[in-house]
Amino acid sequence: MTADAAVVVENAEKWFGLNPALANVSLRVHPGEFVALLGRNGAGKSTLLRVVARLVKPNRGRVRIWGVDVARDPERGRERIGLVAHQTYLYPGLTARENLRLHARLHRLEGAGERVAAALTEAGLNLSADRPVRGFSRGMQQRLAIARATLHGPELVLLDEPFTGLDLEAAELLSERLRQWAAAGRTIVMATHNLEQGLEGVTRWVLLDRGRIVTEWTGDSTAVRSRYRQFLKGAPPGAQGRRT
Amino acid sequence: MKFWSQTAAILMKDLLTEYRTKDVLTSMLLFGLLVILMFNFAFEPDSEEIRKFGPGLLWMTFIFAGLLGMNRSFAAETENDTLEGLMLSPVKWSSIYLGKMLANLLFLLLAQAIILCLFSILFNYGIWPRIGWMAAITFLGTLGFASVGTLLAAVAANTRMSEVMLPVLMVPLVLPVILSVVLATAANFAQPPEEPVMFFWMQRLAAYDIIFVILPLMTFDYVLEK
Repeated sequence: MTADAAVVVENAEKWFGLNPALANVSLRVHPGEFVALLGRNGAGKSTLLRVVARLVKPNRGRVRIWGVDVARDPERGRERIGLVAHQTYLYPGLTARENLRLHARLHRLEGAGERVAAALTEAGLNLSADRPVRGFSRGMQQRLAIARATLHGPELVLLDEPFTGLDLEAAELLSERLRQWAAAGRTIVMATHNLEQGLEGVTRWVLLDRGRIVTEWTGDSTAVRSRYRQFLKGAPPGAQGRRT
Repeated sequence: MKFWSQTAAILMKDLLTEYRTKDVLTSMLLFGLLVILMFNFAFEPDSEEIRKFGPGLLWMTFIFAGLLGMNRSFAAETENDTLEGLMLSPVKWSSIYLGKMLANLLFLLLAQAIILCLFSILFNYGIWPRIGWMAAITFLGTLGFASVGTLLAAVAANTRMSEVMLPVLMVPLVLPVILSVVLATAANFAQPPEEPVMFFWMQRLAAYDIIFVILPLMTFDYVLEK
């Protein structure tokens, strides 16, 4: 059964030239779960997220989002996804409002004007709504990027190293949003190697190494942080057992 | 309907961005005007040479100015990785192509109209009695050029030397369009106008356009796919 799972990745493989970015990766994420993908640079975390969002086509394997095969119907899959990355995906020449309006039009949202206004208020940007994004601080841009990624109410939020380059204020805002999304029952998959921020609501930790899932951990985040630090120093990951 | 409204959203976004920044039009116009001015020093206005070589010079200017504009088309999407942002939306990726191609077509046609006026003034070239046919020829030629150019600009944007890659990839591919459009323009401005020859080359241009618009729509997913 796959329809009851939010995300199912089956035997995904991805090669960039001769380098395997993902090697036979299988992962199942249940609705409402908050999964953190851990691993060194180049472990395959970002590639896995991009395979789920169908930005990258796997050489082998299949991805389903709420039962929808994203290879067959990528648009239906993407309707349910919001991706927050360290890139903002914002047009610097457009204003904050125009950026959100464009996103609303691409998603064909009803009541776009009200939703955009509400998102700008929630992001604390209503006073800067009609200024070009080029003049925004990094923190303001990241707030707008989060508003953009979640404007269409995605059930699945993917985050790719979202804390990279954020100032303290923006990082705290993002941590707060993560807590809200987790409390609201949104499904979250976050790739990170920042063990200090945004991990309060994580229900499962998936460790990747050289394109493979080497183990999964659940439970106390303090213990997981300690294990992960030991893994980075070269200790075996200490498998807790793979959940299927 | 969904496809067309999303295409329109992407087109409007490009038009609005260009209205704010004027990056594409300014670079195309400056280059085009400089080339026309240089030709003006080399060729005597109203001379037999300019009658003979005018259509070729004009289209050479259009094409090199157009290449500059095309290069900006996807290069602008690399800032903040906005192309990936578009790809993440629930749109058919071919609508991204079509929206950007239509925007490029409009920018090219606008720049060409201004360059053509300047060409006519500086060389005392009588375009006005045949301006309707010239507009039709320009539209057909520019449609083929913008179709191929937008596709290849997307390919070149991901390469290390995109400014060099685009002309290297594009000029050989659009040679049939360049040949047809120059010969159609020459027939249009011949004294007297050679209409059968002009129609012959316009028909070929239309055929190339059909191929060059449909093929990129079918292949654009493969261009973006990593």
